[in-house]
Amino acid sequence: MNPLVPVQRLGTSTLDILQELGHASRFFADLIAHSGTAFRRFGLTVVQLHAIGNRSILIIAASGATVGLVLALQGYITLSPYGQADSLGVLVALALVRELGPVLTALLYAGRAGTSLTAEIGLMKAGEQLSAMEMMAVDPRSRVLAPRFLAGVISVPLLGAIFSAVGILAAYVVGVLMIGLDPGQFWSQMEARVDVLRDVGNGIVKTFAFGIASTFIALYIGYESEATPEGVARATTKTVVVSSLVVLVLDFILTALMFSAP
Amino acid sequence: MGRRQTETLVGTFVLLGMLAILFLALKAANLASFSFESHYPLLARFDNVGGLKVHAPVKSAGVTVGKVSSIAFDGSDYRAVVTMQIDDRFRFPADSDAKILTAGLLGDQYIGLDAGSDDRKLNAGETIAMAQSAIVLENLIGALVNSKAAEPAARPGAK
Repeated sequence: MNPLVPVQRLGTSTLDILQELGHASRFFADLIAHSGTAFRRFGLTVVQLHAIGNRSILIIAASGATVGLVLALQGYITLSPYGQADSLGVLVALALVRELGPVLTALLYAGRAGTSLTAEIGLMKAGEQLSAMEMMAVDPRSRVLAPRFLAGVISVPLLGAIFSAVGILAAYVVGVLMIGLDPGQFWSQMEARVDVLRDVGNGIVKTFAFGIASTFIALYIGYESEATPEGVARATTKTVVVSSLVVLVLDFILTALMFSAP
Repeated sequence: MGRRQTETLVGTFVLLGMLAILFLALKAANLASFSFESHYPLLARFDNVGGLKVHAPVKSAGVTVGKVSSIAFDGSDYRAVVTMQIDDRFRFPADSDAKILTAGLLGDQYIGLDAGSDDRKLNAGETIAMAQSAIVLENLIGALVNSKAAEPAARPGAK
């Protein structure tokens, strides 16, 4: 085999990736440009908020509760040899609000709402609904994509906050009600050490970033999927994988920016 | 599903989210103690600020009365200049002193203000005259080692 073939393949893949990135960026710019409809016809956005947000509450709350329970147990086991079991509240609150809340919410959201968005858009494309809209001079980006995008951007921060809040309450149940730690210490240490702007605020900024990223990825992959059942199936898997990776990389970048300097 | 019902459910969802954010801000974080009162600045010059950080509390009689807003180095007398924002409700006598104390044994450092007895009160931007620097652990250990080393030489004379 010609030894230059792998090198050529590398070049081809790189160019393909760059082209895809460029295409995706233009799609994103288009999406933002057509967002006006999402605000003007807010009813459409409300319907999407229901589909994306309300339907995700159960999994987010359940996951938040279990993560809070586990954090409390593990935190207690780790802290008690040092006599610091009273700091459990601080440990759980900071872990949830800074990192676990935003990231886990984004991953669950990508899995639950992201795949449903991709599948829906992909099936619309496969059923030629998007072409039919264009025929009627209705811009599918304004009518279909923009409301879903706005709904996603609004939902993820709210879901992230619900995740963290439920997690902290679950940790309270384990730490104070079950293990018997002092509730005064639990809440007062938490209030002293958790900063509204630095910790809660940065966590919410993260959820905004993750919401924008995963919703955009879900819509883009759905819009660009092959108009066949297999194509749609592949697209939904691709959404979860790409969303998860992007969220995790974004998390690292944002954490480095937000939390490195004291 | 009826349009009314959808909108109500979405409203509930948004409400839940807002409540969660509020809970995190108030119960889990320190928004409640965010003082919206106005503050006035006071300065203090220390030989060594130790581990004092910006946003460290300023306490008097154990109660937080302000925050450290900036720590700077004065190149002319090689001391640290600490600016504190003190709550407007509290005015301190001109002979108050400022000490850098540690919360607990190895905890975060904060500034403790001991009120003096002067009738004149400090105005905004004035410097606190008496400032005690932070206790640096290494210096303390060094002093202890030196005093232990000096002891055997003193003993024969004490007999």
